[in-house]
Amino acid sequence: MVPPGDETSGNVVLRVENLHKRYGKEEVLRGISFELRRGETKVVIGPSGTGKSTLLRCINQLSMPDAGAVWLEDVEITNRKVDINAVRQSIGFVFQDFNLFSHLTALRNVSIGLTRVKKMKKEDALEKARSELARVGLADKADAYPAELSGGQQQRVSIARALAMDPKLILFDEPTSALDPELIGEVLSVMIELARSGMTMLVVSHEMGFARAVANEIIFMEGGIILEEGSPAQLFTHSKHERTKQFLHKITELYGESGDE
Amino acid sequence: MLAKGVPMTILLTLALLGLGLTAGIPIGFAQVYGYRPLRIASAIYEQVFRGIPALVLILLLYSGLARSFHILLPAFAASVLALGLRSAAYQSQIFRGAIQSVPQGQMLAARSIGMSRMQAIRSIILPQAFRLAIPPWTNEFSSVLKDTSLASAIGVLELARLGSLISTRIQYGRGARWILVIWIVVALIYLVLTYAGNWSLGFLEDRFRIPGFEMKGRVER
Amino acid sequence: MNFFEFAWSILPRLLDGTVVTLELTAFSISLGFGLGIFLALGRVYGKPPVRIISNGYIQFFRGTPLLVQLLLIYYGLPPYLAMIGIRISPFSAAVIALGLNSAAYQAEYFRGAIQSIRMGQMMAARSMGMSKVQAIRYVILPQALRIVIPSWSNELIYGIKYSSLAYFLSLTELTFTGKKIIAKTARTFETYIIVALIYLAIVLIVSQLLRMLENRVRVPGLGEHAEHR
Repeated sequence: MVPPGDETSGNVVLRVENLHKRYGKEEVLRGISFELRRGETKVVIGPSGTGKSTLLRCINQLSMPDAGAVWLEDVEITNRKVDINAVRQSIGFVFQDFNLFSHLTALRNVSIGLTRVKKMKKEDALEKARSELARVGLADKADAYPAELSGGQQQRVSIARALAMDPKLILFDEPTSALDPELIGEVLSVMIELARSGMTMLVVSHEMGFARAVANEIIFMEGGIILEEGSPAQLFTHSKHERTKQFLHKITELYGESGDE
Repeated sequence: MLAKGVPMTILLTLALLGLGLTAGIPIGFAQVYGYRPLRIASAIYEQVFRGIPALVLILLLYSGLARSFHILLPAFAASVLALGLRSAAYQSQIFRGAIQSVPQGQMLAARSIGMSRMQAIRSIILPQAFRLAIPPWTNEFSSVLKDTSLASAIGVLELARLGSLISTRIQYGRGARWILVIWIVVALIYLVLTYAGNWSLGFLEDRFRIPGFEMKGRVER
Repeated sequence: MNFFEFAWSILPRLLDGTVVTLELTAFSISLGFGLGIFLALGRVYGKPPVRIISNGYIQFFRGTPLLVQLLLIYYGLPPYLAMIGIRISPFSAAVIALGLNSAAYQAEYFRGAIQSIRMGQMMAARSMGMSKVQAIRYVILPQALRIVIPSWSNELIYGIKYSSLAYFLSLTELTFTGKKIIAKTARTFETYIIVALIYLAIVLIVSQLLRMLENRVRVPGLGEHAEHR
């Protein structure tokens, strides 16, 4: 049941080293370090406001960390000399608010990165876009505008948009938090499918069912540091910290086991 | 020397705003609460006075009335009348918008505690509408202040006209270089007047502010 | 001659004047459009010095009367322009003044439209590797241009009305043409009424055309009809 990547093919896709980030007086990240290997899926959990979103934004440099480094394969992307736009083509980002481009159809939302950033030919881009939309189950909504789609559909389009760029890894920032309960399932299904097919994913979420199903590791963050990390089995049954146990208990109660198969 | 035009400009502005206010409130009112014929009439008024350039209105009421009907309005009065009626059209829009921005629920709540329509309008709707109207009204004030310069077309001795007169006097020879300076000074005086006006209106806005009751801007997460 | 006969007789000349009015408006609003977008982008995305200059420009041109700007350009500048051998015609001066003025207002409308687009769109665009320029070009501007149409329509209408200020430069646009007719016929009130009616007609027609344009480029969920989640 656990997806490939567990055999530690040895290829580290993402390495985060001692990240620090401060907002005003508050230090939101206090030395975060971890690694992500190819094909692995790691889920970051923790109380709100502990910097989980900030962590993701520091990775693709939407926010600049105050200290520390981030490595994508063997390139240090926190280095100012690196062309961040080129790097971002290899890192997919799925936002809590979807952030689809309102003036474009679903199809164009997926293809615009291909035509404008990757400079693909229009026909090739559209073809690829269609296949990605089909992959997330929305082939028939290609010509719909974001406003005409449900939240779950919009989020799936945004996943297709990220996938179209053939990224080395995808970051998910609470992808289901803005969705109505009935719509969460369709998005999680897509994500589970992705994880099982070998995509490297770093997901910030409360969806424990999802984590149990596909995460190689769960990272528990609190107070700006990683309190504990380990496989779902480890954390759920043998967590080292009382706090971890408490938190897991609470959110499993609240959010249930959706997405579990 | 230019400074002599300032009082006239201010006078023009206040007079025509006053006219605009006095006519604008009822018209705006009529558009929201009036019977159909009244609403149509106000809509027509508004379209007409907003579709005609201010300059044409001024010329119409001054030269037009004087030469065709021998009604000789003083230039000052003609300007105030023309610009004031025009401002009334814009102000009626402001008040209409403000009244309509007051949430529907307010009227419903007022009626359900037994107020008549009139009472509800007077004590619940209008006080709120008034506050909502202040920012756009401040815009109207700046707009009007600048339009007073058009009165120079018919000889009113306001700021812009004085600027022109002085420029004509020095336009020959070396003096011509100073014309630019004159106009820059005129422009700056208008700027100062605009800021002063905005500042005072801002003061008004603060005094009547209700916490939490404003036109909502973007909500940040 | 009664009113209608009179109106009919002066119509040809007035229509010539109308053409000039429309030309003035077209040129100046276009100038305003190009410069306005530039200023708005400067104000939203530019570095501090750029922002200050844009802001200063906008404050000046919005805070001072158009007439003053016009006279400044037509009477104040030529002595200096003569030194470098440039002479400007009344038409050019009018277009420049109206255009610079319009740019300031249009800049504010664009700025509002750009800022109303949720920040997330910019983030999403950057996250897929678009540079700032690309994001502005392919994501922000296409939306902003649609959002701005109602305000821009307003600006166009204003342009038509304020082109009448070219009267002060003795340019034969509609209003001044009216004056010339009056000089010959002395039928002051009637002439100005007809002039006013022509302006009204133009404004109504243009408003209608703009409304049709707005409908053509409408995208569901974008603009003032959108519901903001």
